Amino acid sequence: MMESGPLTGPVPTDGTADGTHPRSAALSGVPAKPNPADAKGEIDGTFWRRFVFRRPLAALILQRLGLSVGLLFAVSLMIFGGIEALPGDFATTYLGQSATPQAVENIRKDLGLDKPWSERYLSWLGGAVQGDFGTSWASKNSVGEQIGKRLGNSLFLAFFAAIVSVPLAVGLGMLAVQFRNRLPDKIINVVSLAAISLPEFFVGYLLIMFFAVKFGVATFPATVYDSMSFTERLSAIALPVATLVLVVLAHMMRMTRAAILNVMSSAYVETAELKGLGMFRIIARHAAPNAVAPVINVIALNLAYLVVGVVVVEVVFVYPGMGQYMVDAVTVRDMPVVQACGLIFAAFYIFLNMAADIIAILANPRLRHPR
Amino acid sequence: MPESSSAKNMLLSVRNLKIEATSYPPGEPPKTVTLVEGVSFDLEKGKVLGLIGESGAGKSTIGLSALAYGRGGVRITGGQALLDGKDILTLDKNGIRSIRGARVCYVAQSAAAAFNPAHRLGDQVIEASLRHGIMNREEAKKRALYLFRVLGLPNPETFGDRYPHQVSGGQLQRAMTAMALCPNPELIVFDEPTTALDVTTQIDVLAAIKHAIEETHTAALYITHDLAVVAQISDDIMVLRHGKTVEYGTTQQIIEAPKEDYTRALVSVRQTKRDEAPDQTGTQLKIEHISAGYANGFKVLHDVSMHLPKGQTLAIVGESGSGKSTLARVITGLLPPTEGRITFEGKELPRALKGRSNDELRRIQMIYQMADTAMNPRQTVRDIVGRPLSFYFGMHGAKKTARVKELLDQIEMGTRFLDRYPAELSGGQKQRVAIARALAAEPELILCDEPTSALDPLVAEGILNLLLKLQEETAVSYVFITHDIAIVRAIADSVAVMHRGKLVRFGPKSKVLAPPFDDYTDLLLKSVPEMEIGWLERVLKTRRMESAGN
Amino acid sequence: MNLRSIPLSAWIGIAGITIAIFCALFAPVIAPFGEREVVGDVWLPAGGDFLLGTDNLGRDLLSRLIYGARTTIFVALAATVLSFSLGMILSFTAAVMGGFVDQFFSRFNDLMMAIPTLIFALVVLAVLPQHLWILILVMAVLDSTRVFRIGRAVALDVAVMEFVEAARLRGEGSTWIIFREILPNTLSPLLAEFGLRFAFSILFLSTLSFLGLGIQPPAADWGGMVKDNKDGIIFGISAALIPGAAIATLAICVNLVVDWLMKRTSSLKGGRGDA
Repeated sequence: MMESGPLTGPVPTDGTADGTHPRSAALSGVPAKPNPADAKGEIDGTFWRRFVFRRPLAALILQRLGLSVGLLFAVSLMIFGGIEALPGDFATTYLGQSATPQAVENIRKDLGLDKPWSERYLSWLGGAVQGDFGTSWASKNSVGEQIGKRLGNSLFLAFFAAIVSVPLAVGLGMLAVQFRNRLPDKIINVVSLAAISLPEFFVGYLLIMFFAVKFGVATFPATVYDSMSFTERLSAIALPVATLVLVVLAHMMRMTRAAILNVMSSAYVETAELKGLGMFRIIARHAAPNAVAPVINVIALNLAYLVVGVVVVEVVFVYPGMGQYMVDAVTVRDMPVVQACGLIFAAFYIFLNMAADIIAILANPRLRHPR
Repeated sequence: MPESSSAKNMLLSVRNLKIEATSYPPGEPPKTVTLVEGVSFDLEKGKVLGLIGESGAGKSTIGLSALAYGRGGVRITGGQALLDGKDILTLDKNGIRSIRGARVCYVAQSAAAAFNPAHRLGDQVIEASLRHGIMNREEAKKRALYLFRVLGLPNPETFGDRYPHQVSGGQLQRAMTAMALCPNPELIVFDEPTTALDVTTQIDVLAAIKHAIEETHTAALYITHDLAVVAQISDDIMVLRHGKTVEYGTTQQIIEAPKEDYTRALVSVRQTKRDEAPDQTGTQLKIEHISAGYANGFKVLHDVSMHLPKGQTLAIVGESGSGKSTLARVITGLLPPTEGRITFEGKELPRALKGRSNDELRRIQMIYQMADTAMNPRQTVRDIVGRPLSFYFGMHGAKKTARVKELLDQIEMGTRFLDRYPAELSGGQKQRVAIARALAAEPELILCDEPTSALDPLVAEGILNLLLKLQEETAVSYVFITHDIAIVRAIADSVAVMHRGKLVRFGPKSKVLAPPFDDYTDLLLKSVPEMEIGWLERVLKTRRMESAGN
Repeated sequence: MNLRSIPLSAWIGIAGITIAIFCALFAPVIAPFGEREVVGDVWLPAGGDFLLGTDNLGRDLLSRLIYGARTTIFVALAATVLSFSLGMILSFTAAVMGGFVDQFFSRFNDLMMAIPTLIFALVVLAVLPQHLWILILVMAVLDSTRVFRIGRAVALDVAVMEFVEAARLRGEGSTWIIFREILPNTLSPLLAEFGLRFAFSILFLSTLSFLGLGIQPPAADWGGMVKDNKDGIIFGISAALIPGAAIATLAICVNLVVDWLMKRTSSLKGGRGDA
């Protein structure tokens, strides 16, 4: 984007959106190329070095997988240990101001807070790996069971939001490229700039106001329960899905546009044009193979954002998912629930970022076909 | 004009071409500039026309008009381009498409960027032939194989199975030529195809291109900034400047009897020669057994030794990857050597930058290749040149300003440049300011890292003459790093030839540049194009004889 | 800089920000009623004495909106300034020192960024007591991870330029190099980044308040006002949408200015080889 000479038109900076996007850029992008010195030098050394040289692709992916697992472990440590390190005593907070020392002592024992934290961490982590997150302090229910139900609901919501928003975003992004610097592109640019500035809850209530209250064509609140049929569920989640779509659409579209523009302005697309190829052939054969990776990367990153976006949307629509569960738990300081939800959200986030990275690695012909 | 040619053999006839471009500076009304005006030429079947000029002369833009193509906001707004008598500029989209990649093909300066990284070379080479229905897959593959052979590519049978990143730059450039030749076009536009290559690679690619277009009887527009290169390959030459024709004639006339001053200057530009200093006994700078490498263990320099007497010029010559720039970094202390030592004025220099005193730093200054990035874009000329004055000599106020003005006079730039920013200067002016900054420190040695290679030839010559003048005035020594033998001839007293991190040859210029040669120096010297028709054939002939003799 | 070279969209943004800041500064003077003053019935429609109607407790919505500007902008700005200072200091230190310091800061930053900001904030705010300064601090620390990333990248970009090398060869100290050589060349992108962070802080604060974890009642703030009035929506009362629109408008205005700043930076880069 930065090489535009004085003769090219203005290049809209699509980076605007990126900053507000809670994604981990550290995890995106292609990892550094294998060291040229290693490649040139003799390749005895350790097994890993030989492996990196022979199968750079597999090595990079393994490396990335390992990094994600390590990161997840560190995050679990941070979520558990960080909370321990912060000031404030749960027992006191839990009982409120009327706490007698005896009652505090009892509750600490009840919740297992009297044991050393390393012991509690290990048993918590051990449980978490098997899906057992302990019991909620507030409701005394099993956290794992609750999450089991609610996670499904949240994924249901996110899945449909993704199904609608991904093709729409990619389509609009391509449209913007096709009409670059002309009216449709400018309109899309301004509208998407506005859209990334809208808070989720504003979009949500706006939709409720119009579609549920004024026209009565949608339902609110978006409650779902076990006995509902599939179509009933779909109609219940129509508004929350629409909200999520509006929220991620602008982002995904702007990033798609930037990714495609980058490819379309490359020298090899010019070569294809100078070969006298048709527009369709240029796009399908020369642009697409190089644009697919960045676009899929964009999608994966936005899906990660979607997983977080459900938190607010679930609260707005009183939808029984993970996000609402977590927010409720935070208000009553129900720590086992907060920890469990935090870990699961982080895991999804890390997983999708990792997927984005691995796709970028797989799409790089330099890595797929080493010298 | 070259002698009139019969209309029957005429392939491309460009008449009164006018090309404009529109730029859209943000927040300002769009600006339209004329890039090319009133350019006309004729190209017969099977002939080569060289388009030559400095950057901004419009030569690439003219070349692309033969494909009815404009880059970015570039539009062809006037004139005709008659291909076999038919104006291609008036064709519709499909008409243009049927010409591109079939009758007229294009070879870009950077083949590395122009090949699609996602596909195999072979598929890309034959694509245009297949899509235009010129041949079927079998025929196209056979032709590609034939072209790979003609162009001297290694393992022609399997070369097409490789991906672009798996072959070298010189090979890619030849593969791109094969791609252009594959559909059997009538005309190929070569856009600086050898500029990005090292000289020893350039001669091979040049020879391959010449051989291939002769073999296939294809006509060509050959675009370059290097008159010596174009003299080897073209029948006619057109000299361009600021989008207008300066002179147009046969290659022989342009090289041997140029009519215009500008052309004369271009022809004679590389012919400055200076005799070396007769006495080369002293040693101001002494480099002894230097080895150096990077933190990852990659060794760049192996046991390099050389020395330089006070007030003289040592040219270090080599191609990319020879370690010549690394040696400069070692001398400055930016990259501490792993072995060896550097003595300056009889005192050993601390290896690393941090260990050197300000006075030691002051005495060795540096000039970079890209003056653009070597100067802070947020500082004015006054600040840039003035900083060493206040830093080393504590000057300020009127005294400092007076000295800055004096330095600007010395580099032949007026005081009106005092408050300009680097972005407001031309390339040559920027390099002059960089020289003034170095002079401000009153150094005893200036390291020049390819200071002229990014400049147009006439501007570069101005800089070289300035450096020579300054050496006479201030008795400063130069270590001059370059890849260009012509520059070595022009300014050096002693020469060091480097290859792959090793010193190949070192001594007074008259000895180093005279036989008997070692293999590498021989190859290097013979690869430098000379402003002489028939040079390429002569070199290739002696090469063949040598290999036959072996 | 030429005033006429500023595009219309940026002027709209600047005007919107100016109005919001004006409201924030002179809230007691402009607001027709007090921040916590109950002046009429619950959810009165717009018009008459109450230009925008009243809220769920019968307070004047316009007055609360004006006071809310004060809280929202103050907290968001404080968090942004803090996160920016923290991020810049750490990132420039990392970029200039390099080696172990750089590795340590960068890896820790990666770890912080592996958890989505909102989730991280929820976990931390669940533990910490509810104080305004704690809220600001949490927002600032979480946001500083993004500033660190940008700051380090920008500083490294400039630090490898030859004019910085030339300054080092001259013997200049780190202070000169950071403040005179690197910083002036990074101001434009950093200014744009500051705007982005500010817009993000406004949205983030509003979201937290909406979830009941940000500014605590009865203080007026835009996100909290949406929460207060959200139950009116099902009765067709749009009181919750008004503060929501205020948040959106301010964020859009900031983004419009940022968009222009970014274009300006990139055109400088492309057009004149400017860093």
